[in-house]
Amino acid sequence: MKIHEYQAKQIIASYGVKIPQGNVARTLDEVENAFKRLAKKVVVVKAQIHAGGRGKGGGVKLSHSLDELKTNARQILGMQLITPQTGDEGQKVKSLLIEEGLDILKELYFSILIDRSTQLPILLASLEGGMDIEEVADKHPEKIHREFINPAFGLPAFQALRLGFKLGLHKIHPKLPIKAAKFFMGIYQAFDKEDASLIEINPMLITKDYDVLALDCKITLDDNSLFRHQTNSELRDLDEEDSTEIEASKYELSYIKLAGSIGCMVNGAGLAMATMDIIKFHGGNPANFLDVGGGATQERVEAALELICRDKNVACVFINIFGGIVRCDMIAKGIVGALNSLDLTIPIIVRLRGNNASEAKKIIENSKFADRLKMIEDLTEAAKASIMWANR
Amino acid sequence: MSILVDKNTKVVVQGITGAQGTLHTKLCKSYYDTKIIAGVTPGKGGMTHEGVPVYNFVKDMQKEHQVDCSLIFVPPSFCADAIFEAVEAEIPLIVVITEGIPVNDMSKVMVAVRQSKSRVIGPNCPGIITPGETKIGIMPGDIHEKGSIGVVSRSGTLTYETVNQLTELGLGQSSCVGIGGDPIVGTNFIDILELFQKDPDTEAIAMIGEIGGSAEEEASDFIKEHVSKPVTAFIAGQTAPPGRRMGHAGAIVSGNQGGAKEKIAYLRKNGITIADSPATIGATLLSSLKR
Repeated sequence: MKIHEYQAKQIIASYGVKIPQGNVARTLDEVENAFKRLAKKVVVVKAQIHAGGRGKGGGVKLSHSLDELKTNARQILGMQLITPQTGDEGQKVKSLLIEEGLDILKELYFSILIDRSTQLPILLASLEGGMDIEEVADKHPEKIHREFINPAFGLPAFQALRLGFKLGLHKIHPKLPIKAAKFFMGIYQAFDKEDASLIEINPMLITKDYDVLALDCKITLDDNSLFRHQTNSELRDLDEEDSTEIEASKYELSYIKLAGSIGCMVNGAGLAMATMDIIKFHGGNPANFLDVGGGATQERVEAALELICRDKNVACVFINIFGGIVRCDMIAKGIVGALNSLDLTIPIIVRLRGNNASEAKKIIENSKFADRLKMIEDLTEAAKASIMWANR
Repeated sequence: MSILVDKNTKVVVQGITGAQGTLHTKLCKSYYDTKIIAGVTPGKGGMTHEGVPVYNFVKDMQKEHQVDCSLIFVPPSFCADAIFEAVEAEIPLIVVITEGIPVNDMSKVMVAVRQSKSRVIGPNCPGIITPGETKIGIMPGDIHEKGSIGVVSRSGTLTYETVNQLTELGLGQSSCVGIGGDPIVGTNFIDILELFQKDPDTEAIAMIGEIGGSAEEEASDFIKEHVSKPVTAFIAGQTAPPGRRMGHAGAIVSGNQGGAKEKIAYLRKNGITIADSPATIGATLLSSLKR
């Protein structure tokens, strides 16, 4: 789960990490109040949306007076902010973070995530802050410094200190490595205790007074751990998510909307991806990823079909179920049940294999929707048929 | 022969009294020679469930039964703890079906696993089957056929699809291992490939990968150096948008890492046969055998 910058900063601040002074504003009045409370000559206004690259899209602006701030805030608040990560539609800005401007000596990069190969948390740091870190990793891998952490013990001081020396912070000021080490340890505490899957500080700031702060902060929380973090679950911002995807999550359906015309309903994530792939392979375009899950019930199948068809681009649905533990006859009942209650006219290609597939076939053939439901056993033929019907 | 498990493997089920534990204990027991001989559920010790004795703790059970394998259905919030307990009792093979374990829990428990003699398969996997002998997992037994193709996969139903294609083409399987769809899994492609390479009854290997991480790339480097048997691979998720988790917690393209196109190009470069379509994994493998 992604959260906003201001929420992420509040989390790390509670672990003793320094952040710039700032306030959240949702209206122009609140912007003015925030400015007065800060009482600084230079303030920064930052659009609060989950996607990165906000500066490039005009969502981050420096202001030297209240008037300038209000002009900037008026522009940003409510705009559809388009960044390299939002897609073409952009994301509506509903809140702003108003922060003090700081005297920058150096901008660094720092992040913690789980390294999949070693299965350990890894600290990544670079003097090339404020830039796209993947670009740095590509062109100058030697400029990224690493420390692997034993998660059973946590981050020991020497490793935090060593990272500061690797960065050469001692050459900037003798006290900087210790300050940076405290900063790293605070972030690690937050990472561990809050069950984050990523904390990224870009940039991590060294001020002209040799203070160390998080100028930006991105946290992704592990969805699987939210059961033990009630307060973090409340940080979810539904405005940032697709409404159909929110609805899907209520039925424990894993749904991701895409731009194509063939709706997909599949059991199992791997087969669901493979189903999208085979549609593309034969020249079609999938409208969504949808995994009805291993324990698919009749109600979930109905909900899934209804959600898929809400997308107006969907011209045909491809249902691909491999009955392992799930019984195909139950899926078939769900499909027929959904058609009874929904007003659907689009063709549906049904491929049911495995457990109780022959009973499922009978249920569909004996239903009044036998004409609309096209049963095809062969995967390739089923994919091709769904493309053919979608293009009609 | 086979890898990891055979008809002599003795199994305990952790979380045997839960709904999933109960259902799959029944289904596993009805498959050929599968030997589920005990269960563990804290607080339910002393009872008999699905015809086997239940214990409070793994260690107590192990004193009586000396099992070779634990099959875990414990819910995600307690699952890392259950793995830890199996490691402490020195169970050689620990198969974790549970989906949804916090990644930090897995990162921590794997520190203990790496220092132990235990091997963990999963989590978030269908388990292991040696057709005609033993089924230690949730896969449908009847689509499998005894034979000489080794199957290793990060997925569940896509593995069943693959196995079904193989069986229909007359290609039976030596063993099928689901390694799991999470970012941290106890056993990776390389470990299983090494076992299949050594197994005299495995003639060829099907490897089913997907987007996210670099396990497939690392496996293909290993294959190039150490695997002489033909390997056919399929990578799911060519149409997945970047930055989105595709159902599996581990199936995500992040930045320039983990994309299907890059993986496929890397595997091809290492000489691995790629099935272009998920419908032709079996056929592609068959033609690689004829070559």
